[in-house]
Amino acid sequence: MSTTKPRLKTSAMIASFADPGQKTSSAPFGHALARLADEDPRIVGLTADLGKYTDMHIFAQQHPERFFQMGMAEQLLFGAAAGFAETGLIPFASTYSVFAARRAYDFLCLDIAEPNLNVNVIGGLPGLTTGYGPSHQATEDIAIFRGMPNLTIVDPCDSLDIEQAVPQLAASEGPTYLRLLRGKVPTVLDEYDYSFELGKAKVLRTGRDVVFVSSGLMTMRALEAAKSLAEHHVNVAVVHSPTIKPFDAETVVNEVDSNRLVVTLENHSVVGGLYETLAAAMVARQVSAKVIPIGLPDQFLDAGALPTLHDRYGLSVDAITATVLAGLEN
Amino acid sequence: MTTYTASGRSPLRVDQRIEEISDAAYRIRHHALNMGEVQGQGYVGQALGAADMLATVYCDQLTYQPGNPGWEERDRFLLSTGHYAIGHYAALAEAGIIPIEELETYGSDDSRLPMSGMSTYTPGMEISGGSLGHGLTIAVGMALSLRHQGRAQRVFNFLSDGELDEGSTWEAAMGAAHHQLGHLTALVDINALQADGPTAGVLRTEPVTEKWEAFGWYAQRVDGNDVGALVEAFDSISEQAQAVGRPSVVLCDTKVGRGVPLLENREKAHFMRIEDNEWQICRDQLSAGSQGRK
Ligand SMILES: Cc1ncc(C[n+]2csc(CCOP(=O)(O)OP(=O)(O)O)c2C)c(N)n1
Ligand SMILES: [Mg+2]
Repeated sequence: MSTTKPRLKTSAMIASFADPGQKTSSAPFGHALARLADEDPRIVGLTADLGKYTDMHIFAQQHPERFFQMGMAEQLLFGAAAGFAETGLIPFASTYSVFAARRAYDFLCLDIAEPNLNVNVIGGLPGLTTGYGPSHQATEDIAIFRGMPNLTIVDPCDSLDIEQAVPQLAASEGPTYLRLLRGKVPTVLDEYDYSFELGKAKVLRTGRDVVFVSSGLMTMRALEAAKSLAEHHVNVAVVHSPTIKPFDAETVVNEVDSNRLVVTLENHSVVGGLYETLAAAMVARQVSAKVIPIGLPDQFLDAGALPTLHDRYGLSVDAITATVLAGLEN
Repeated sequence: MTTYTASGRSPLRVDQRIEEISDAAYRIRHHALNMGEVQGQGYVGQALGAADMLATVYCDQLTYQPGNPGWEERDRFLLSTGHYAIGHYAALAEAGIIPIEELETYGSDDSRLPMSGMSTYTPGMEISGGSLGHGLTIAVGMALSLRHQGRAQRVFNFLSDGELDEGSTWEAAMGAAHHQLGHLTALVDINALQADGPTAGVLRTEPVTEKWEAFGWYAQRVDGNDVGALVEAFDSISEQAQAVGRPSVVLCDTKVGRGVPLLENREKAHFMRIEDNEWQICRDQLSAGSQGRK
């Protein structure tokens, strides 16, 4: 190969989006599910030929008799999960977010959500966490799922969120959808006075000038951007709302009801996700504020390396910092 | 404008055709190794396994114009197995549809050759695959539409054995037979491998031939790494399938990593890890085993 400058490659980023040197935990979902299954014999794991790619393989290794490989057949995966729940077990069913949301929606909606079954859907590669292009980028999974009655939607930030969420998802009545982070997952929230509570948003840090409302891996970016903005003498509060539905409007709207600039940060399209969830909650409470949405544009995204794409679409810490500084000027 | 047609090649003797296809397959394998090296890993095992199938279709079966990938009279080749794009790009380069020099941009930022094949990026790529199990449904629509418009083109769909897990594949299979789409041919790469491991352990698809037959298809099962067997199978389609309005499927048993013993003997993996120092060894092994092909 004749090129001198190494090009950024798609595949180098398949395994993990953790920054070099960042503290990480390996397969937090798989380990948490295996631990939960030690205590609760009703827990079973299902996948659609993506066990290795959703950390379900960890559970499968530790509880082989409670793991069910359904093949690459997502409709079967969720129909069968409904069958497990109907007969008294608590299934966790994993695939990629795109296939859960797009491929098998009807099965999830009518077989699982309508009868309000305790099926826990685990979606890998949420939002923009792969450079494979639209077939694998679940940029609108929350928008799709928010319209489904009964479904609880969780967008965790890090390994700690995931570990603490798993038992709560199993304990909650009705179906849940977890936007999985897999492989080596950053550990971030242990540095804050924080614990995951299903249905609750939490203020991670306070600040005078700007309020960030974020979910998922964008909370990690929000915390970094808050540090970088401090260098520009901008004081930023961060509210982490890992449960998108039901939304903790009480906590979040209370925070944004001030004269600070509000910024939502989400690893999802600006259509139908956290930004619009917050906007609706504000309108309902007659709270008005300028809200800048940081999220993915309403378009099919490019293929390429994740760092390139996160920069291109404004999700990187540098891009966030620039957006906020520009927003404060206007 | 150069046009390649299957009938234009038929005056060649079968042994000449086999030679040409085998040479192309050899070059496709080299391209795939070079592209794999760019990414440091990837779907190289699949590309090496499917090289003979791809070479047979592009060298011997498809009607197309290399300089005009949008030519209306072309046969359609649909790759639904998006991750096999590495092999498909190599075949497109071999067919003269994309430049060979461009292959080294595979999977890099702003390349026309993304890791997962998309029609919006690449000349000659008919559909955006990647969400597996779509291709055959689109192929049915194309075949119906072309026939409706009184056009004579054939439609080919390349599938992986994993795609046989998807219900949509069998919906399309039934539709194709119902509508008597004799000009539709499916090729299935049975490499006995899926993402979580061997196909037999993930979801048993056998007996595959009987399934397609039961769905009303003209089904043949061949060694997909035997070019002579592939040519013979394709040659029988016009009489056995096209003439009688039956869709046809060529079920190809292939070997992951075929042509490179280092990879053939490695534990089969959907996403094969190849170390930096191994790429040259792979190329050398491929050349050494090629009996002087160019
Ligand atoms: C609808 C859908 N479900 C799941 C996947 C994830 N996936 C990508 S490749 C693959 C394995 C499918 O089997 P096959 O294509 O035979 O794999 P290979 O021979 O390349 O290992 C899976 C499950 C996908 N791309 N599309
Ligand atoms: Mg396979």
